[in-house]
Amino acid sequence: MKNDAVRQIYYYTALILLACISLAPIWVMIATSLKDEVTVQGATPLWFFFVPTLENYQTILFGRGKFDTYLMNSIIVAVSATFLTLSLGGFCAYALARNRFAGRHFLANATLLVRMVPPAVLAVPAFAFVTLSGIDNDLAALTFLYTAISLPFAIWLLFGFYKQIPIELEEAAVVDGATPLQVFFRVLMPLMTSGYAVAGIFTFRIAWNEFILALLLTGRNTRTLPVAAAGFLTEEGVEWGRIMAMGTLIVIPPLLFTFFAAKQIIAGMTAGAVKG
Amino acid sequence: MTATTAGETTLGKKPRIEPGLLSPYMFITPAVLIMVGGLLYPVVMAFYLSFYDWEIGRELQDAPFVSFDHFVRMINDPQVWEVLWVTLRFGFWVITIEMTLGIALALLLEKPIRGASVFRTIFILPLMVSPVVVGLIWRYLFDARIGWINYYLGAWFGIEPLVWLGDPQLAFFAIVFTDIWQWTPFIFIIIIAGLQALPSEVIEASDIDGANWWQQILLVKLPMIRSIIIIALLMRLIDVFRGLEVMLIMTGGGPGRSTELLSLHIYNRAFETQQLGYASAISVLLIVVVFGLSLAILNMANPMKTRSDV
Repeated sequence: MKNDAVRQIYYYTALILLACISLAPIWVMIATSLKDEVTVQGATPLWFFFVPTLENYQTILFGRGKFDTYLMNSIIVAVSATFLTLSLGGFCAYALARNRFAGRHFLANATLLVRMVPPAVLAVPAFAFVTLSGIDNDLAALTFLYTAISLPFAIWLLFGFYKQIPIELEEAAVVDGATPLQVFFRVLMPLMTSGYAVAGIFTFRIAWNEFILALLLTGRNTRTLPVAAAGFLTEEGVEWGRIMAMGTLIVIPPLLFTFFAAKQIIAGMTAGAVKG
Repeated sequence: MTATTAGETTLGKKPRIEPGLLSPYMFITPAVLIMVGGLLYPVVMAFYLSFYDWEIGRELQDAPFVSFDHFVRMINDPQVWEVLWVTLRFGFWVITIEMTLGIALALLLEKPIRGASVFRTIFILPLMVSPVVVGLIWRYLFDARIGWINYYLGAWFGIEPLVWLGDPQLAFFAIVFTDIWQWTPFIFIIIIAGLQALPSEVIEASDIDGANWWQQILLVKLPMIRSIIIIALLMRLIDVFRGLEVMLIMTGGGPGRSTELLSLHIYNRAFETQQLGYASAISVLLIVVVFGLSLAILNMANPMKTRSDV
C-alpha cells in the first residue's frame, strides 16, 4: 500500500515536470506578448510578475499594418480548404470503403504515397505555375494546394471510419425506402461526426499553420498570418512583443482544438502507426 | 432497381448495384483531380524543370535545355553533400534522443492514472503549434542578448552569454533541442497508445511466469510493439527530410550551412540564389528519398489493405 502511494507521487511529479517543459515555451510567448518593449528588453526574464499590457495587440490589430486583412485571408483559406477536403475527401473515402472497382488498390496506395510529398518539392513548381499562368487570385491557388496536401490523410482517415460502419445499416435504410442521398446524410453522417472532426482539425491546422507556400504565392494584400508574423523579423531590432502577440493569435485556434478535442487528435496521430 | 446506362456492358453481369452508387468513379473523381493537380503535377513538373536551366526573372520558354547536367553537377556539388550530411546528422540526433526519451517515458508512465487525459492534452500542445511560431519562440529563447536560456545559464551555472544562433555548433544544437521539444511528445503518444493496445493476458502471463520489470519490457513489451516503433521512426525520418520552416525562421540555415537541411537548401537554392532549375534537380533527390521511406512504411502497415482485403 505504502509503496503504491510513493509510486503515485513519482508518477505525478514526473508528469507535472513534463507538462511544465511542454508548456513553458508557449507561456513565454504569451507572457512576452503582454509586456511592453522595455520589459521585454529587461535583463531578467519575468514569468508572471509584470504589469500586463495589451499594447502589442492594439498595435498589430488596429495599427497601420493590414493585420485584419491577413487574419481574414488566413480564415478564408483555412475554412475553404477544410470544407473542400472534408466534402470531396469524404465522398472519395466512402467510395473506396464501399465499392470494389478497377483502380481501387492503385488509388489507395497512391494516396498514401503522395501524403508525404515535401513542401519544398511543391514550392518551385507552384511558383512556376503561378508566375507562368499569371493567376492573380493567390488565395484560390493556396486553397487548392492546401486541399491537395490534406486530401490524402483525410481520405485515409475517413476510410477507416467508414469501414467501421456496418453495411447492413445502409441496406436496412434502403429497404425502408431511403434515397441514396438520404442514406448518406441521414444514416451515415451522424455516425461519422467524430471522423470528420478529426479530419477537419488536421486539415484546418495544415492550412492555418502553413508558411512556405503562402510565403511564395502571396503578395502584399494576400498574406496569411504566419507570413505576416515572419515579416516582423527584420535585421534591425526585432520587436519581440509584437511578434509574440502575432504568434499568440496564430496559436489560439489550434490550442482551442486541442483543449476540446484532444482525444480525437491523438486518435488521428496514432492511427497511422498503431492500428496498422 | 435502377438500371445503369452501362447495363449492357461490363457491369451488366452484376444483377444488383450497390444502393445508390451509380458509379464510384463519380465519387472519387473530384478528389483525385485535385490531388493530381496539386501533388502529382508539381512532382512531374519538378522532374521536368530539372532538365532546364531556369532562373528567376527569365521566361521559362527561354530557359536552355541542359539534359542531365544538373544531376551531374549535383553529384559533384560539395554543398549538396554538406547539407545531406547536416540532414543525416540532425536526423540521427533528434531521432535517437526523441525515440529514447519517448519510449522511456511511455514505459514509465503507461499505467492508466487519474488525470491522464489532462496530461496528454498538455503534451500534444507543442505538436499543434505552427512551425513558424515554434521558430519564433525558440529564436527568442536562444537570443544572445535577451534570450532566457543565456540568462539562466548565467544565473545558475555562471556561464558567459553564448551567441547561440551565430555559432555553427551551437546553432546546430539549438535546432536539435527545438525539434526534441516539439516532437518527443509525438513518439510518447504513439508508443503509449501501442502499449495500452497490448493484450493484457500476455502481460499477466509474463507476470505469472515470474518475469521481472526489465524482462517484461525487453522481452515482451518492446518486441510486441516493434512495428509501431519502426513506423514512428520512419515517420520522424520523413519529417526530417521534409522540414524547413523552423530552421528558416531560427537561422535561415546558417551560420554557413551548419543548420541547412536538405529541404531548406532546395528553398534557398531556388529563391535566394534563384536557380529554379537546379533546385528542382535537388528536389528530385528529395522526392526519391521520401518516397523510398514512404514505401517502407506502406509495406509495414497499409491500413487500407489490411482492413478491406478480406
